[in-house]
Amino acid sequence: MLLEVSGLHAAYGATRVIHGIGFAMEEKSITALLGANGAGKTTTLRALCGMVKTEGEIRFRGERIDGRSTEDIARLGIAHVPDGRGTFLNLTTEENLRLGAYTRKDRAAVEADLERVFGYFPQLRERRAQQAGTLSGGEQQMLAVSRALMLAPKLMLLDEPSFGLAPLLVRELFGILRAINERERVGMLLVEQNAAMALDLADRAYLIETGRVVLAGSSSEIKSNDAVRRSYLGY
Amino acid sequence: MTRKHFLILMILMVVACALPFLVSNYRTFQLTLVLVYAIALLGLNILTGYNGQISLGHGAFYAIGAYTAAILMDKLGAPYWATLPAAGAVCLVAGFLFGLPALRLEGLYLALATFALGVSMPQLLKYHRLEAWTGGVQGIVIAKPEPPAVLIDAGLPINADQWLYFFALAVAILMFALGWNLVRGRVGRALIAIRDQHIAAEAMGINNALYKSLAFGVSAMYTGIAGALGAITVQYVAPDSFNIFLSIVFLVGIVVGGLASISGALYGALFIQFIPNIADEISKAAPWAIFGVFMIGFAYLMPTGVAGAIRLLLTRRRSP
Amino acid sequence: MDAFLHQVLAGLATGGIYASLALALVMIYQATHLVNFAQGEMAMFTTYIAWSLINAGMPYWPAFLLTVGIAFIFGILIERIVIRPVENAPVLVVVVVFIGLLVILNSVAGWIYTYTIKSFPSPFPAEPLFGIRYMSAHQLGAIGVTLAVLAALYVFFRFTPVGLAMRAAAQNPVSSRLVGIRVGWMLALGWGLAAAVGAVAGIMIAPIVYLDPNMMSGILLYAFAAALLGGIDSPGGAVLGGFAVGVLENVLGAFVIGNELKLSVALVLIIGVLLVKPSGFFGKLHVTRV
Repeated sequence: MLLEVSGLHAAYGATRVIHGIGFAMEEKSITALLGANGAGKTTTLRALCGMVKTEGEIRFRGERIDGRSTEDIARLGIAHVPDGRGTFLNLTTEENLRLGAYTRKDRAAVEADLERVFGYFPQLRERRAQQAGTLSGGEQQMLAVSRALMLAPKLMLLDEPSFGLAPLLVRELFGILRAINERERVGMLLVEQNAAMALDLADRAYLIETGRVVLAGSSSEIKSNDAVRRSYLGY
Repeated sequence: MTRKHFLILMILMVVACALPFLVSNYRTFQLTLVLVYAIALLGLNILTGYNGQISLGHGAFYAIGAYTAAILMDKLGAPYWATLPAAGAVCLVAGFLFGLPALRLEGLYLALATFALGVSMPQLLKYHRLEAWTGGVQGIVIAKPEPPAVLIDAGLPINADQWLYFFALAVAILMFALGWNLVRGRVGRALIAIRDQHIAAEAMGINNALYKSLAFGVSAMYTGIAGALGAITVQYVAPDSFNIFLSIVFLVGIVVGGLASISGALYGALFIQFIPNIADEISKAAPWAIFGVFMIGFAYLMPTGVAGAIRLLLTRRRSP
Repeated sequence: MDAFLHQVLAGLATGGIYASLALALVMIYQATHLVNFAQGEMAMFTTYIAWSLINAGMPYWPAFLLTVGIAFIFGILIERIVIRPVENAPVLVVVVVFIGLLVILNSVAGWIYTYTIKSFPSPFPAEPLFGIRYMSAHQLGAIGVTLAVLAALYVFFRFTPVGLAMRAAAQNPVSSRLVGIRVGWMLALGWGLAAAVGAVAGIMIAPIVYLDPNMMSGILLYAFAAALLGGIDSPGGAVLGGFAVGVLENVLGAFVIGNELKLSVALVLIIGVLLVKPSGFFGKLHVTRV
């Protein structure tokens, strides 16, 4: 099992936001966390990375990671593409990418990965010496995903990758995500408000409402669920 | 003020009045300085504790007050008691004027600017073109005020040190009462609102610029009056006594005594007057090391100072 | 003209010192948004350590290197032990801790070494180098050493992975954690480097102003002015600001206001910059969101 979460509670200070979430992911799978704004999806990803106070168990490949620091969790092979992309705006594109590989020791493999990343996103190669803050929204999103890839992760957490992107770009990005998942064998946990696109990409999905899982199943099951169709897919 | 508070205050007053007759002249002199520092610290507290504007340069206002008093007494023959209002007025204006540009500076930047003021003050006081007035590096010696003839004639056995003590006590009571009123009233609330949420305060209609400059002015006025009183007590002003370390001493005083607290000024004054005396026995450098340790210690452990700790103790004992 | 050139060159020499200290201040500011009021005293204290080593018989350059190493570790320790607990405390608490540190360092130096002024040796010969009449060998040497240190720092930050990680940690600690950077240690490293740079500055200026516990307060003021002038978050600006302040101080002091009021120049400069262009010439404007 790539990821097992059980009984997860999380709070911002005194305010509890997640009330006992549980889910699991197999290696190399793509799972989507769906739900409306404020449901607790971003908080779940933050909890997985040790960025908020949590109770409950989080197991990554059998090892417990709850309570550990964000840096340590990253070093275990979990790459988080955060809400807002988290770009190092004042550094160049290439510096951003190399930072993704900061903890890796295998220089040759890092250079090879850099080439591969440019293969997925040729626009980044063109802009490698440019200051990252000057990239467009879509390019910054590609940069964020690439930086996560440079970690050589086993699991990627993506927080609203479609945010602020034109539908065509989202389709393109998600297609590349699918390619990355297949070729690099990286598991992906996707948090999305755009349920339709997410369900097309993911194998499994969990529906989250006010900090609790209310529905779980394969993406085809979820897609055909009437309530979900009406509330989240708009038809 | 509750009855209990009033009672405590009365007891303190009686003790304060009795003290100079029970202890040596030197002790009385030291206690007078405690009163002087208490006034200075109250001034700094109004600015930093209640209004959140950090000043690392209040020694400069103390110096201005001190030199105002010295120059008035030495060069113009003014009576000692008249120098206090004069020093207060000069510093009120000086503080207000410094406060105007300081309006645009927040937190660390204001600390930096006031630090610069504190560091450069001695050089300004030594400036040769002002020597005719300031006495240059040597400074100015002031005559010790005598108790008023009226008391001597009445047969009251009061000496100069004791008289000075009571004079200082009267000034301190006046300044503390004024301060207490200020802080409890509308102005005080405005100052605190600006400290805690300055954008919201402005949005609520408080004229931040006016209140902040006023806070600077009033704070400088207090410290200036303290400076004048201090000069009269010590009978001497010289540039090097007003260096950056004086400003730092004041900061130590309000941190240890308690920020945003009237009584804190008194605790802080006791601390900064008596600790160096005790520590001097160890080594010349020791008082400062102790100050430094106390500063850091209080910052970590007791950020509300002695006054805050006492308040906490009292409230804890009151609740069942 | 001669005199003017002399003042300008002397100003560049002291300016290099201000530039180094200003750089140290900016390094810490960039990483923590805090102004290290104790930077001067840290430099002074480590200069005394160098003095002790040289006095004990160690030759100059080994003592220099050893002191820089000690300063580096000293800086790391101070960050981990004294500063870390109050990293996120309100501004006043942080200022109090910095000033407390300043006071402790100053008084411990006074206690160990007394307040008598000591002379500090210069590694450079007494006769002017290369026949340059306008500057002493030491002044020229000081500029050289300063530039070498600044160049080394530049290379470190621009071209090494750790330097990149430190820049990242200073700009965006959250994202830095996400790529596995131990932000806390990057901060400590920054302090270590700042302390090391300060030690070099102190050792270079001590032969000129003589060694005494209070030697750095005026110099720190100039460094503040330089950092603000150049932009408190711009390393390049701080360096340029340092040289500018050095020249200004000397020229104004010699020809305009007299040497007595030189510190007031710093005061006016600081207040002026804070009022007119608070982000300095090369810094970025910070917008506070409501």
